[in-house]
This record gives sequence, structure tokens and C-alpha cells, in this order.
Amino acid sequence: MTAPAALDTRCAQAWDVLGTVLDPEVPALSVRDLGIVRDVIEHGDALEVVLTPTYSGCPATEVIEHDVLEAIAKAGLGPAYVTLQRAPAWTTDWISADGRQKLSDYGIAPPGPASTDGTVPIRFFGRRVDAIACPRCGSSNTERLSAFGSTACKAMYRCVSCREPFEHFKPI
Amino acid sequence: MQASIAIESTPAVQYLLRLGDTCLILGQRIAEWSGHAPILEEDIALSNMALDLIGQARAVLTHAGRIEGLGHDEDQLAFLRDEKDYRNLTLVELPRGDFAFTVLRNAMVATLMKLLWERLRDSADAELAGIAGKAVKEARYHQQHAADWVVRLGDGTEESRRRVERALADLWLYAPEMFESDAVDEAAAAAGLGPRWSELEAPWRAEMRTILGEAALAEPKEAAFRSTGKHGVHSEHMGYILAEMQHLQRSFPGGVW
Repeated sequence: MTAPAALDTRCAQAWDVLGTVLDPEVPALSVRDLGIVRDVIEHGDALEVVLTPTYSGCPATEVIEHDVLEAIAKAGLGPAYVTLQRAPAWTTDWISADGRQKLSDYGIAPPGPASTDGTVPIRFFGRRVDAIACPRCGSSNTERLSAFGSTACKAMYRCVSCREPFEHFKPI
Repeated sequence: MQASIAIESTPAVQYLLRLGDTCLILGQRIAEWSGHAPILEEDIALSNMALDLIGQARAVLTHAGRIEGLGHDEDQLAFLRDEKDYRNLTLVELPRGDFAFTVLRNAMVATLMKLLWERLRDSADAELAGIAGKAVKEARYHQQHAADWVVRLGDGTEESRRRVERALADLWLYAPEMFESDAVDEAAAAAGLGPRWSELEAPWRAEMRTILGEAALAEPKEAAFRSTGKHGVHSEHMGYILAEMQHLQRSFPGGVW
């Protein structure tokens, strides 16, 4: 979602503020970079911020709600409330180009395009899976250590060229 | 001590409880591996999958409570029901066993859930369709991960193969329950809430054959035994897992983090 063009409206200011609220699990990204802010709507006195959860069990969701409301109150744009919108489901395709660059700079290989919503065949692979480029040296000579990392959204990889471990933000 | 709540078991509520409870109880079983998995990566992976399952269960149980209309929230439904009011598959309440048992069960359940969520995306119930749209993406990763391990163990060492073969013989007995359709399924299909689970049998068997084939494991013969967790009649293991899950809410009613 893109912010409205007019820079002086309350909603536009709120979008700017949301660009400073960081994801607690991946603090390289703001909630806007992550693409989970679906809308900001003014209802008379109150501001509604519509968020889409990333994973069903993501423990960061409640912290994000709290941080968003706190930042908006601090900027003097309150009162505000958060609503969660499940559909359409969040996809890593909504991470902004800027966000992808920030992930890479942070040492997390950004996700490739998510598969379509059609059926996905079962694939079997050992460690040599898709050629995920190492965010440190750029080599594609990498191997997967585990499909799950410190959070559900990431997988653990190792670069065979520079020998450094790194995380990969999984396409979903 | 907090008393049990009584459930209004309409077919729609039962259909949702089968779904939510299967996620809830498997999530609890998988979470038992936290700090105990054979390697750190798997410890983390299993904990992550448990989190996904508990998240899915929370969404479905919250919705079941709304449909039920008696004001029961996710915590009351998860922690204050009597055993007979849990509608999960017996398969997911069996003790976690060894790592082979755990990954094979995960492959069986994730395959079912993936197929089920795919269909539920088209539910006439918009909330359930929304939950399914998210959950299907997670279930794909769960299936992929578990299937990878089944292949590694089946096509691995003598010991890993011995263990996964034993797990297959034990677990396969509980597969037919998934596809036994009844009045609850008929009502859900008629209302457009979701598919009869029997409709998932053919694709489930095809995908499991792919996984077992790759793992060089033979599909066991079908037994006459039918487990009945979906109907609230559980194995001897259910009471123990509920005692552990419910202890806090029973002792400290309404306690929150």
C-alpha cells in the first residue's frame, strides 16, 4: 500500500510515523517496509490502523500493535486503534524494494517471489536447495542448515565460499 | 478450582473444533520437543511449527466461540473443556515418541492440513476462509520439512530406517479416522463451511505415497481399527496432556500473561 500524496493530512503523517516503527524480531525493517500496514483511516476523532499478521503464531504481532499505538500517540496523532485484517493473507511479496535492501544490508538474504496460491508439489532436497545468494559476499555457493531459524519467517544457511552463516527470509 | 464449561455442540461448532483442536493438541505435543530435540536446528524448527499450530488454533477456536454464541473465548475453549468435548484426531494426542515418530506424524498431519486449508480458502464463512489463506502457506512449510525428514530417515542408516518403519506401523492405524465422514461433515458441506474430510482421502494417499516412495518405505496394509477422537472418545493419553495444558487456568481462573 502506498501513502496518500498529500503530506499534511493526519493519515499521511501517520504513514510517516509508521515508517519509523521497527519490527521487534527483524529490527532492520519498519512495519511499512514489511508491508503489514494495509490502511490508515480517519474516523472523526480516532485513527484506525489496519495491520495484517505475518504468521498465525508470530509472537511479535501483539508487540507491533503496542508499538504502533505508542508511536502514533507520541506524534500527537491519537487517539488510534489497531484492527487486524486476515484476508488477503500477507505475503513476502509485499516487502518493499527498500525493505529488501535493508534486509540484505542487515545480513539477511531477502525472499524471492512467493509461489502462487495454486497447489505446490512436494519437493525433496538435501542441503543444496535453491541458490540463495550470500548477503555478505554475494556467492550463490550456499547450503541450507535448517528450514526454520530464530523466527518462523527465516531459514538458516551457510555460505560455502566465505564460510559465514546467514539467515534467509523465506518467501511465503 | 475453575469448573469446566459446557459446549453447544452444533455441527458447525464441532467442525471448527475438529480443526482447531487438531492444531492445538499437535502444537502442544510438538512443543514438548523444546529443549529436547536431537539437534539445535530441529529444536528450533519444531518450536516454530508448534507456534504456527497454536496460532492457527487460537484463530479457529476464537471463531468457534463466536459461532457457538455463548461468549466462550479462545482460552476458555482451549483450557476449560472436559475431555469428551475435545474433537481432535486421536493421532495428534499420541505421546511424542522418538524423533522418527514425531516427523512421520507431522508429515501425515501437515499433508492433511495443507489439503484441508486449501479447500477452506473457499469456505462460505469469510473468517474461516481468511484463516485458511494464511494457514495454508504455513502448512506447506510444515509438510515440506517433515517429508524431507521422513525421506532422510527412511533412506538413511539401518537404525534410522528401523525407527521410521516402526513409527509407520504404529501411526498408520490412526490414519483412517481422518477420512471417516459423518453428519458433521455433511452439514459443513451443505452449508458451504468446508469439505467433507473424506474428500481429502484420495489426494492425501497420493501425496503420502510420494513421500513414502521417496523414503523407500512400503505403505502398510489398512487395519480394521478406527480411532474416534473426532467424536470426543479419546485414547488413554488425552487425559494426561489435558492435565498439563489445563493446570494453570484451572488453578488460576482467568490468568493471563
